Amino acid sequence: MGPLAPYEIISENTNFLLAFFIGIAFGWVLESSGFSSSRKLAGIFYGYDAVVLKVFFTGAITCMLGLLFMSLFGWIDLDLVYVNPTYLTSAIIGGVIMGAGFIMGGFCPGTSFCGAAIGKIDAMVFVVGLFIGVYGFAFTYGWWEKLYYANYLGEPKLSEALGMKDGLFGLLLIIVALGMFVVAEWAEKKFPREEY
Amino acid sequence: MSNSKTEERGRRYLNPYVGGVLLGLVLLAANFISGRGLGASGAVKSVVVTTIEAVDKDAINTMPFMADYAESHSGSPMKSWLVFEMLGVIVGGFLSGAIAGRLKLKVEHSPKITSRRRLVFALMGGVLFGFGSQLGRGCTSGSALSGMAVLSMGGFITMMAIFGTAFALAYFFRRNWI
Repeated sequence: MGPLAPYEIISENTNFLLAFFIGIAFGWVLESSGFSSSRKLAGIFYGYDAVVLKVFFTGAITCMLGLLFMSLFGWIDLDLVYVNPTYLTSAIIGGVIMGAGFIMGGFCPGTSFCGAAIGKIDAMVFVVGLFIGVYGFAFTYGWWEKLYYANYLGEPKLSEALGMKDGLFGLLLIIVALGMFVVAEWAEKKFPREEY
Repeated sequence: MSNSKTEERGRRYLNPYVGGVLLGLVLLAANFISGRGLGASGAVKSVVVTTIEAVDKDAINTMPFMADYAESHSGSPMKSWLVFEMLGVIVGGFLSGAIAGRLKLKVEHSPKITSRRRLVFALMGGVLFGFGSQLGRGCTSGSALSGMAVLSMGGFITMMAIFGTAFALAYFFRRNWI
């Protein structure tokens, strides 16, 4: 019965070792999907390459379905799986700042490490920027502390907030994602770029 | 580059839907084994905390944001799940690139802009992403992707804020990309 680490079926050190192997798989999938290239990543915002949207949403849906089924079969206790807390204000403002960073820098943190790993100098510079940004936030934290904790809503699931069962919400999410995939395939044909 | 070469290169990447399913399985494994999702920016934070501590032990106490984090990681911020995971990401990314023949030291940029311009924007983007990830409690991996998979409301909100803003600003930065 999972999750293994919170149930202490595996030790803390085993958990760290497995984190390393999970990371290898994560980095492998990101790189082999083309996430080490900023020009592929930025393609979603101009329509010429929607790989980000396809991989990202397929990934989220696959995991979501896996968790729902494993919970249904009694293989995992979802109460012990970490659900990100919702601090409304900082989630939005932080997201907006990250979005600006995404379109300017062409990477997000995970993908920048992947790009740096295969020798992309722009990715290495982005990583340097990450360190400066994190340090900058810590250094000026006093200014943002109120904002950081504003509008705390607990750890709500979006399905609960909408008054839906997880399964129904999951189904709707899959339908929305399929719709976006259709648009993505259309956009790639409509705004093609041969070389990037 | 000729058409056929472009196609050839394109084939070396995974089909995006296959890549997505594999990504989902990795994320599922993380949740099943460790009871948590994937992440990236948290590892940067660990390194920043460690560096500040190493340079000046007292400095960390003047930064409540970092001091809280150091305390909650039993004295050693580097001994964290995300640090081990991100070390793996670097290894995994390198191996995939090596096998596909993509290892090359270069600045990737649109032919319409200089390397210098690309690097300046990469740095600015990194700074913003680093800052935003701390304010938003996680980046595209930890907050948006992992959050969405466990149906976290915050995950969906952060995802929409990140992609919505990037789409809204795309017009102003188009010269960098197209």
